[in-house]
Amino acid sequence: MELFLQWTNGNPWLAVLLAVAQVLAFLVVLLLSIAMLLWMDRKVLAASMLRKGPNVVGPFGLLQSFADFGKFVLKEIIIPAGANKTVFILAPIISTVTALMAWAVIPVAPGWVNADLNVGILYLFAVSSLGVYGIIMAGWASNSKYPFLGGLRSAAQMVSYEVSIGFILVTVLMLAGSMNLTDVVNAQSGGFWNWNIFGGGDLILIFVMLPMFVMFFVSALAETNRAPFDLPEAESELVAGYQVEYSSSPFLLIYLAEQIAIVLMCALMTILFLGGWHLPFFSLEDLGLKSGSLISSIIYFGSFAIKVVFFFFLFAIVRAIVPRYRYDQLMRLGWKIFLPTSLVAVIAVSAYVVFVKNGSAIA
Amino acid sequence: MQDVQPLVLDYLPVIIFFVFGLALCLAFLLLSAVLSPSNPDPEKNSAYECGFNPFDDARMKFDIRFYLVAILFIIFDLEVAFLFPWIFQVDAGNVEAFWSMMVFLGVLTIGFIYEWSSGALEWE
Amino acid sequence: MQLIAFYILSTVVVLSALFVISSRNPVHSVLWLILSFFTAAGLLVLIGAEFLAMLLVVVYVGAVAVLFLFVVMMLDVDFKQMRKGFADYFVVGGMIGLALLAELAIIATAANTDQVRNFDPSPGADTNAEALSNVLYTDYLLLFQMAGIVLLVAMIGAIVLTLRHRPDVKRQNVGDQIARRRENAVEVLDVNPGQGASIRKENEK
Repeated sequence: MELFLQWTNGNPWLAVLLAVAQVLAFLVVLLLSIAMLLWMDRKVLAASMLRKGPNVVGPFGLLQSFADFGKFVLKEIIIPAGANKTVFILAPIISTVTALMAWAVIPVAPGWVNADLNVGILYLFAVSSLGVYGIIMAGWASNSKYPFLGGLRSAAQMVSYEVSIGFILVTVLMLAGSMNLTDVVNAQSGGFWNWNIFGGGDLILIFVMLPMFVMFFVSALAETNRAPFDLPEAESELVAGYQVEYSSSPFLLIYLAEQIAIVLMCALMTILFLGGWHLPFFSLEDLGLKSGSLISSIIYFGSFAIKVVFFFFLFAIVRAIVPRYRYDQLMRLGWKIFLPTSLVAVIAVSAYVVFVKNGSAIA
Repeated sequence: MQDVQPLVLDYLPVIIFFVFGLALCLAFLLLSAVLSPSNPDPEKNSAYECGFNPFDDARMKFDIRFYLVAILFIIFDLEVAFLFPWIFQVDAGNVEAFWSMMVFLGVLTIGFIYEWSSGALEWE
Repeated sequence: MQLIAFYILSTVVVLSALFVISSRNPVHSVLWLILSFFTAAGLLVLIGAEFLAMLLVVVYVGAVAVLFLFVVMMLDVDFKQMRKGFADYFVVGGMIGLALLAELAIIATAANTDQVRNFDPSPGADTNAEALSNVLYTDYLLLFQMAGIVLLVAMIGAIVLTLRHRPDVKRQNVGDQIARRRENAVEVLDVNPGQGASIRKENEK
């Protein structure tokens, strides 16, 4: 924002207009990439089952998501007679809006961020914890047995894994010493050995951070209700969980919110553990490219995007090859394994940073 | 606009995101409402069930365990909330703050051990 | 501009708080409550306390209101029954409300000083969170540890009040499952034709 004010010589309305344009461009790119990623998700799943997957609409079926969009919109909106209409319509809106809002703080290249907040991670933690509302509200408003059970399960599941996500975030933040996402990324510059997944520059911490990364990935799967933790929509027992009664564009919104949240988790893993936009072996500044130039920004953005797509591929492949968890096992994994392990990791990393990195005396 | 602090200005994109998100949702819903057919039917509008009409209201009492999970979540969420600002002290190498947090975590670990041994974490 | 934002947000806070107590459907009440939490967080951002704003959202909207929603949605509370007591409690409740209002008025008049007007959300640090962290763990050690004990009590209390073991449920014992070895699970028998196999016979020996 300050940059925009400089560009427009302090004219506030022009600066706001620029900010609006920036957000609009960001959203268009985001939604288009999600359409493409959805196609990729289906192709990966199809390939793992020796099917062809979507291949009719457009070249290689690339336009499948747009055709689906058209189909959803043209369907009849059915609101069950016993449903609470306001909440029923509000639930998908809340899911989608909160999922989109989380993207406001994601830095995709040096300086390419919509809102560079000092408390960026906390903002993400806050907004992603709101995702549970859409699900509880959808489950309750439908006034039907299956959505109710699905919503209940989903809420308990998301809430359980959020705790360990919080602890894992703290371990990463301690390595960066800041809650600003750009700072977190810049703390990992230089090469892949400085990425947090490999201990963030202190190789000994790889024994803590690598497991933390795996736990974050699994928690992200659980948090986004993705297979193998897709119990809320376990079709064999709950039909489709909280979304049974939804049709047409309300369903489209629920589906969209899920996908946005999944891609957000991929972006978050990239930023927290895989060095964000940084290249694995060298930085563009070493090659003589001026930092902040358009070309270097685009290359960095490409590096970020490749990492995100890689994680999305992992999400897709997990869905194809891992069987669904049982609910009691899911709760045990969250509360009895992830929670204590991440708590110990917080203590280990903090002790390392205080006593070894800073060299403080024990007492 | 001149009197607004730069910190508050940082939050403007968040509001723009909110407005655009809302606009997107409403546009989808409106598009559907205009374009799609509407032929309501008592069977179509009844709640989903396996081939019969629902017997009663779907909102029922359920296992108290879900509440327990929610309460434990609040407690651990608060613990995480205390940990977030602590990272600045860790980064600065503040030993006093480190031990202070260790005592805090120790107290809560006692609670966690009690929780574990009482079987509150077991799902039946 | 900031003043306009303040008035908009505070109007929303007050209105949504009014809707919390006036709406007939308890679920709608909780939803209004969430809206008022949100706008309160917006007010905190306006004075520069962004860390507190985020904590308000994380703790109250993300955790406490979820529990509220759970309770009003799922726990079949008979709200007609509760409304009946409204008249009985009205006097006491009204008096408590008046007392709160008086306290707020006293604070509002006392707070109108230069010190409060030039309020600094992050004294001696770059950000609100750092300023808080500089004092929370050392200068306010006692309060911090008391918070830990309060959380411990809450945890134990919640378990004692709600945990009921059901005796007739099968549980999975992971330790036993993993400790299971082939030797004590499988037995290879040499079965003669026409005689069949009997494990009991083996055990009796």
